[in-house]
Amino acid sequence: MNLQIALLLGQDGVTNGAIYALLALSILLVFTVTRILLIPQGEFVTYGALTMATIQAGEPTPLAWLLLALTVTECALDVLARYRAGRGLRVDRGMLGKLAWCAALVISVYHLPLASLPVAAQALLTLCLVVPLGPRLYRLFFQPIAGATPLVLLIVSIAVHVAMVGVGLLLFGPEGARTTPFSQAGLELGPVTLNSQTLWVLALSLVLIIALFLFFGRSLYGKALQATAVNRNGARLMGISPELAGKATFAMAAFIGCLSGILIAPITTLYFDSGFIISLKGFVGAIIGGLVSYPLAALGALAVGLVEAFSMFWASNYKEVIVFTLIIPFLLWRSLRSHHVEEDA
Amino acid sequence: MKPRVLILAFIAVLAVAPLLLPAFEVTLLNYIGLYALVVLGLVLLTGVGGMTSFGQAAFVGLGAYTSAYLTTTAQLPGWLAWAGGSPWLALLLALVLTAVVALVLGALTLKLSGHYLPLGTIAWGISLYYLFGNLEGFGGQTGITDLPPITLFGLSLEKGEHVFYLIWAVLLAAVLITQNLLNSRQGRAIRALKGGQVMAESMGVNTFRAKLVIFVVAALFAALSGWLYAHTQRFVNPTPFGLNMGIDYLFMALIGGVGSVWGALLGAGVLTLLKQWLQDWLPLLMGSQGNYETIVFGLLIVLMMQRIPGGLWPLLVRYLPVAPVRRVPPAPADPLARRLPPTKGMLILEARQVTRRFGGLVANKEMDLAVHAGEILALIGPNGAGKSTLFNQLSGVDVPTSGEVLFLGQRINGVPSRQIAQCGMSRTFQHVKLLPAMSVLENVAIGAHLRASGSVLASFAHLERHEEARLLAEARQQLERVGLGGYLFEEAGSLALGQQRILEIARALCADPCLLLLDEPAAGLRHKEKQALAELLARLRDEGMAILLVEHDMDFVMNLADRITVMEFGQKIADGLPEAIQADPAVLQAYLGAE
Repeated sequence: MNLQIALLLGQDGVTNGAIYALLALSILLVFTVTRILLIPQGEFVTYGALTMATIQAGEPTPLAWLLLALTVTECALDVLARYRAGRGLRVDRGMLGKLAWCAALVISVYHLPLASLPVAAQALLTLCLVVPLGPRLYRLFFQPIAGATPLVLLIVSIAVHVAMVGVGLLLFGPEGARTTPFSQAGLELGPVTLNSQTLWVLALSLVLIIALFLFFGRSLYGKALQATAVNRNGARLMGISPELAGKATFAMAAFIGCLSGILIAPITTLYFDSGFIISLKGFVGAIIGGLVSYPLAALGALAVGLVEAFSMFWASNYKEVIVFTLIIPFLLWRSLRSHHVEEDA
Repeated sequence: MKPRVLILAFIAVLAVAPLLLPAFEVTLLNYIGLYALVVLGLVLLTGVGGMTSFGQAAFVGLGAYTSAYLTTTAQLPGWLAWAGGSPWLALLLALVLTAVVALVLGALTLKLSGHYLPLGTIAWGISLYYLFGNLEGFGGQTGITDLPPITLFGLSLEKGEHVFYLIWAVLLAAVLITQNLLNSRQGRAIRALKGGQVMAESMGVNTFRAKLVIFVVAALFAALSGWLYAHTQRFVNPTPFGLNMGIDYLFMALIGGVGSVWGALLGAGVLTLLKQWLQDWLPLLMGSQGNYETIVFGLLIVLMMQRIPGGLWPLLVRYLPVAPVRRVPPAPADPLARRLPPTKGMLILEARQVTRRFGGLVANKEMDLAVHAGEILALIGPNGAGKSTLFNQLSGVDVPTSGEVLFLGQRINGVPSRQIAQCGMSRTFQHVKLLPAMSVLENVAIGAHLRASGSVLASFAHLERHEEARLLAEARQQLERVGLGGYLFEEAGSLALGQQRILEIARALCADPCLLLLDEPAAGLRHKEKQALAELLARLRDEGMAILLVEHDMDFVMNLADRITVMEFGQKIADGLPEAIQADPAVLQAYLGAE
């Protein structure tokens, strides 16, 4: 291995690592607020990338219909819940807004000249389509069991992931997709040229990480979200709605996932089922961070990306084995530190 | 009807099934049997032990690949040459290898709580899967072909309807030994893992070992299924051992119901048939090929967890015409041996200058306390005085920041509660810690865990029945002693709170202790019950037991205790006979605020 190869691998590693870091942060964010380990995080990535590809191909994406269907179900359940609580059959403004949003999206994907839109507009449309999936998923699948044990939440999370992979196949088909890069320029740096997509990934990841840090460290709403994680009832008594907190976090997770998908779609070919492995690597990062620390999780994820890139060079067949075995020493370390018997049923 | 009749009927149906059904259906039944074997392990792990594993498919692969490698490789390395060619020798090695791998993985991850364990299983599940696809000699993604069929008594089990009998015989045997295990002393310890670990440890159960046992058993069931699978299929490739299959196994367990061994069979059956049916119909509906059944499965699981988290088996059981077997354990000829009671007045438990800090908060400050054999010491004080903190340190749940706790002259700071239990200390809990779904009798029998030694292997075959009878008889005797003899087979969770407290005392007595620590035993009891409890405790004292109790009911304490220690703000403010305490100005000040 010479310097040039090392730099190339490093570039690969850092790019993927930055994406894993984003996902690790998102996983951590969802976990700290809702106690849910968001396995479907990776599906937001593939949905984002594949929707972007569909749009660039100029085809109306059926994701709009999925969103509409989920939204109609959600509104129906909300109306029903309200009726059962004796508050009559009433549709409120929020519901109409959500439905109008979906209807507008359905119309846009059929009538806008999708292929000839500027990349930024395509990306924006993709985000508009994918991000609302987050809160819908929370409302339909997780909110009814929000008080359940972490294990039940994990199982539901896995089940949602399994269903979403199937839906992904239905929506996007079995073919992989790659999108056009945001721009063609590159940056000469010594013996290697950093390609522009790498720079986009790094810049946006950094911006997002700082934004998250500020949001949770400095803003009242960020602190309110964390309070729900510590004690749902306590937070509720303080006027924080756990439902709203859950939906908001899922929206953020969907946003981060979708954006990651849009960012890496020009670099890697993604398939409908690529999301799982990607989000699991985010999980490895999050676990290295002990499921509590944001900076450690980001660093861990970056390390995952680098280890992956370099093991590709030395032992490419064993890439995944190495990455996923990496987690064992960290688990061991945690297990050595915990002596007492814990009650966690 | 007895459950046994129903099981015999089920076996009879199974025995004739291959004669009547077409080959395709027999193959399906084979798969159901193979899956159910893995799921049975998951029932043990998840339903009984409260641990979730997504990695069982990897153990299936371990069994399958080990056997495939050994039976097909022409040139085995020299040290392995003896094991080549025979599926039975390969099975032996596969089981040994799986046990070793499971022990290592278990030792690494089973101490982890909460989410780390399932995430850990996902990680090594994926690692092993990729290993199968990449290891030299494993044939990559195409896998290994031309495995020999299993031969049994000279009969080659090549056809589906022949291997059917082997698969189902193995499965039923596995169900039997699992049930045997669960209905034993070791089984009660395992069943306590879900929601009763602190209690179990204080009764002397090594919970980590119990976890490791079921983890290894579940892995061995999976490896056995893998071995059967490999020699039924006659070829292996990595696909059926991936994480997706690991998730499917867990789904089967959840659909069937993780609470019962029969849920494993039901879940495997329902999911396999449903998958078959969906794979026939969904592509027609969707207009293209693909694994669309995953959408249905995913949504089904979500719906089940929202509506019927217990799975299908409990629903089905309601319609089965079975009456539970309830046999009152008879008194055996040779009851369990008792320890020699300490001589009256001997110093049993002593706390010297015990201080416990939580950060800046001093919960206990230089506490001294002594309990003697044949004496009841009451520890009282207003709420928040630090009584429970002290209690936890005395019983090994918590460790003092400084100072010493001596039990029978030995320092027990930092000694795990199960070792303290071994020396003869037994306790109850302020917030009742029972296994609510278990019967009263079995709950109490956990208390006697340390008084028997039946191994896990003996429990599999129910070779420890004599010992078990002695344990249950002891439990019954203690329950009768505390006045709960009429409730032996009720679910512990259905008792009134006061009765649950009494149950805890019976459980503590079952350990044959020389020191009893009781945390608010009279709370929630009615007047008559309190009287009965006071009589019981007085009798125990007269037999030479040392008793330390924390209690708020002053009438109860003043009439019963020999000596009283009063705490306030983490410190001892008074110590002495009940009459002296009642007149002590510091105590009056603490309780009434009087000058």
